[in-house]
Amino acid sequence: MNRKIFVLISVLLVAAFMLTACGTAAATEAAVEEPAAAEPAMEEAPAEEVAEPVTITWWHISTKDPPLTDWQNMADAYMAAHPNVTIEITVLENEAFKTKLTTVMQSGEVPDIFQSWGGGTLKEQIDAGLLKDITADLDADGGAWRDTFAPGALAVFASDGKNYGVPWDMGMVGWWYNKDLFEQAGITSTPATWTEFLDDVQKLKDAGITPISLGEGDTWTGMHIWSYLATRIGGEAAFTAAADRSGAFTDPAFVQAGEELKKLIDMDPFQAGYLGATHDEMQATFGNGNAAMELSGQWAPSVEAANSADGVGVANLGMFNFPAVEGGAGALTDVIGGGNGFAVGKDASPEAIDFVKFLTNVQNQTTVAASGTGIPVVKGAEVGLTDPNLLLVQQSFAAADYFQLYYDQVLPSAMGGIINDAVQKLFAGTATAEEVAAEIEAGAQEQIQ
Amino acid sequence: MQLIPAAQKELNLKKNSISRRRIQDRFVIALFLLPALVLFSLFVIYPIFRSLYFSTFNWKGFGPAVDYIGIDNYRKILTDEVFLKAIKNVLLIIVLSLGIQLPLALILAVLVGRDLPGRSLFRTVFFLPYVLSEVNTAIMWMLLYNPDPERGILNAIMVMFGLEPIAWLADMKIVIFAIFVTLTWKYFGFHMLLYLTGLQNIPKEIEEAARIDGANSIQNFLFITLPLLGSTIKTSVYMSVLGSIQQFILVWVMTKGGPVNASETMATYMYRFGFVRFQLGYGSAVAIIMFILCMIFSLIYQALTRKPDYLTGL
Repeated sequence: MNRKIFVLISVLLVAAFMLTACGTAAATEAAVEEPAAAEPAMEEAPAEEVAEPVTITWWHISTKDPPLTDWQNMADAYMAAHPNVTIEITVLENEAFKTKLTTVMQSGEVPDIFQSWGGGTLKEQIDAGLLKDITADLDADGGAWRDTFAPGALAVFASDGKNYGVPWDMGMVGWWYNKDLFEQAGITSTPATWTEFLDDVQKLKDAGITPISLGEGDTWTGMHIWSYLATRIGGEAAFTAAADRSGAFTDPAFVQAGEELKKLIDMDPFQAGYLGATHDEMQATFGNGNAAMELSGQWAPSVEAANSADGVGVANLGMFNFPAVEGGAGALTDVIGGGNGFAVGKDASPEAIDFVKFLTNVQNQTTVAASGTGIPVVKGAEVGLTDPNLLLVQQSFAAADYFQLYYDQVLPSAMGGIINDAVQKLFAGTATAEEVAAEIEAGAQEQIQ
Repeated sequence: MQLIPAAQKELNLKKNSISRRRIQDRFVIALFLLPALVLFSLFVIYPIFRSLYFSTFNWKGFGPAVDYIGIDNYRKILTDEVFLKAIKNVLLIIVLSLGIQLPLALILAVLVGRDLPGRSLFRTVFFLPYVLSEVNTAIMWMLLYNPDPERGILNAIMVMFGLEPIAWLADMKIVIFAIFVTLTWKYFGFHMLLYLTGLQNIPKEIEEAARIDGANSIQNFLFITLPLLGSTIKTSVYMSVLGSIQQFILVWVMTKGGPVNASETMATYMYRFGFVRFQLGYGSAVAIIMFILCMIFSLIYQALTRKPDYLTGL
């Protein structure tokens, strides 16, 4: 009898453990199925013909609603207005998209319109002759289309003054802060200079508050502080020179960025165990009100809330631009960020370009903003933004003269890992600013040709 | 068994020409082996040689490998401090596994192998961690190790006893030991099961005879149980060492080899430089080195342990 009970409990325990594994697997499958379900809808395109029939192929990666339905509705609306046009949408999951795109690119079969993040990958596609130059379309009618975009965002999809795509959403990294904790520490205004920033860090420490939450276990979180410092100190010129190899990552701007970062690290402003913390844990520490600030992107408000214990997160959330470094070439308004866009394939028809223009008109951009899909890049569409935090981001980035695309998106992809690993040594105190700069430069010499 | 005449005739024919039959036999053997052989060659043998080929190139994985650099990758790896650190970590994990994890598994196996009340429950409980997937295990232990005493139970207990909380996974000196504890928790059940099977194959009579001769339970364990478990222990040590060399998932999920390479293993090193940094040539060279190390260990280990067991066929 006793034995039977033990066996029963054993079986139950094993089953319970195995079920935990099953649960996750099932959830993944469901997620994968979603895009497939959307496909039949697009085959019911109107067949009636007026002008010459044109087919536009469009690949996007929004596998979930609201954008999944929004994009389809926009395509349907365009097809209704242009009966000769058929838009074939292919929805792919992010990683699957990248793999499939690489394959079709090698065969030269490029979709007319597809998801892009600009920067280094776009440049490689341009060099391979796979994209269409749409500069003339943007400049037509006295630059009517061009003028609708925030200039910083549009430039991400350009190379040598020629445009090969347009943005549809942009985000940026900035300091998110807990207004209540700032008030507790007696800080009345957000810092505009690096010295003020370090002063505020000290004030927070004196008040017994952890100033900054950081998840350096995921090394990219701390890298952003370093790259922002480099942008503030060296400005556009220093980075461009290092990236096109007329300069180097050992140039004074990058070494000084490391030294300034070291000043911050030496104040011990981060939560306990930050060297091993993940990005989620960093968001949790901030979301639970256990730290006053975090350097994070436009995703911060939703992610810190999701990771907080009560699911609500910081009650009084604010954001300020990364402070300017005294004597630096970069301005307080320059921002680091990145976003999504539509790249235009080499075989795109005039109708396809016209459809891209339609996708990025104020009305459709307002839809993107209103549904919380992204921060619009077309002037006037920000009225759709209901989330005050996203509005903060939008204002900050619309005011930027220089938009620094994320380092790992401008530079060859391997550089991201190299910079992250090098900068992490500053946080752990195992390398000096010079050594970190030298390590990044050594990587750049190998990676950037 | 009855044979129809035609078959009988054929059988006779075959007997007459032994060489023909042998050829036919070989053909059948080859035919049965073929599917396994094809798959093994395609997915194991071929990739090894492919890796060997790529390891001589500076290759990013895009397009054909053209930048031939000979043994430069190997020279770089073997002089890289981070790789040496990874080897040191792997050696540490091996030593700790053999010194702590396996003895623990053996002791528990002996305990739950006896007639204790509820032993089947204990057996299951000890084996459970092995059933859990590695990523689940890693995430669970990350929660336990959380440096914030309000969130991490381990530190909450430390604080309760008036100790300072420890950032288990963030301290470069502690992290590898913290990971070892997780590894032990995850794998001791598997080794315990191996030993249990071994124990069941030891005839009760031998132990009884020893007891009658006046051996106490410790003597019994040392001079009867342990020697007779010989071949099981050999298997368990072998799997433990190879597992340590290839350890990846737990480490990558928990620390990504950090902070600053403090918990790097050879496998995380390969992943970091091969895939994260898109240096597939370099990564291939690391894989080849791992392969060679595993092979050397296997050959030496087999040569050393070729001595016959007390009990054949165990």
